[in-house]
Amino acid sequence: GWPGSGGIRGGAAMDLFGDLRRMNKRQLYYQVLNFAMIVSSALMIWKGLIVVTGSESPIVVVLSGSMEPAFHRGDLLFLTNFHDDPIRAGEIVVFKVEGRDIPIVHRVIKVHEKGNGNIKFLTKGDNNEVDDRGLYKEGQNWLEKKDVVGRARGFLPYVGMVTIIMNDYPKFKYALLAVMGAYVLLKRES
Amino acid sequence: LRKNVEDFTGPRERSDLGFVTFDITADILNGKNGLQTSRNKNTLIIFDWNVKQLFLYLSAEYSTKNNALNQVVLWDKIMLRGENPRLSLKDMKSKYFFFDDGNGLKGNRNITLTLSWNVVPNAGILPLVTGSGHVSVPFPDTYETTKSY
Repeated sequence: GWPGSGGIRGGAAMDLFGDLRRMNKRQLYYQVLNFAMIVSSALMIWKGLIVVTGSESPIVVVLSGSMEPAFHRGDLLFLTNFHDDPIRAGEIVVFKVEGRDIPIVHRVIKVHEKGNGNIKFLTKGDNNEVDDRGLYKEGQNWLEKKDVVGRARGFLPYVGMVTIIMNDYPKFKYALLAVMGAYVLLKRES
Repeated sequence: LRKNVEDFTGPRERSDLGFVTFDITADILNGKNGLQTSRNKNTLIIFDWNVKQLFLYLSAEYSTKNNALNQVVLWDKIMLRGENPRLSLKDMKSKYFFFDDGNGLKGNRNITLTLSWNVVPNAGILPLVTGSGHVSVPFPDTYETTKSY
């Protein structure tokens, strides 16, 4: 028999182990395959989005308040980055400064395009007093097409807060992953 | 939309700087849906239940020897839903410096000023709309040395 492990907590743990022991090897492999399928499908959908939108990061979360009151921290933006789409004043672009990882969401306020298609442009956050020259690389005065991650085409408020919370509180992220993993592995299909 | 040019350029580090003063008269109506009647082509119905705000901006578009296309935003304004949709601004100075990338403003006869706006919904697509009506303004052939802006 089991050594006494008193209380309700002990009882629930025993149920969990009981479940695992009862599954035979075949069922376990089946569950793992199921899990792998779900992960692969999610990855395929994400890669498909990247191809269809032309952007390396078709969904981004707004991280700062520099575009308020239009966008707030935690809002979700949907991007496209079609090669033939010209960059025009007034558009909201997501760009990365060379050498930095964090994408910035601001508006284009100046565009100078040459006949051969060469474009340089300047951005500014709606909520900022000055343009973004202070954010660019040392000596860099303009952005180019290669710095653009995508153009903001659509948006959903608040939804991105989940990723911000997971970033700021990693314990929450691990707990969430553990719960999801346990659920998928132990769920039985009748 | 009515705009006037008053002053003009002064060089700074070899780039032209333009000064423009303008009036803006615009009528952006509240409405229930996006239908346009054929009688009033100019009446766009814009503010509906899903519109949080409009980001309005006045941009100057022109061509120079250096660049085939130039666009510079001179002025912008955020119009929240519920604010008066009729704009009647007179003698406005540009909010931002109108620098050219080079010396293309001097003697440039064709600078087109257009009012456009970005519709920001509560959730959904973010369209950019250009208002009907735009004005062409010319810049003079010589630089001005006195600062009367």
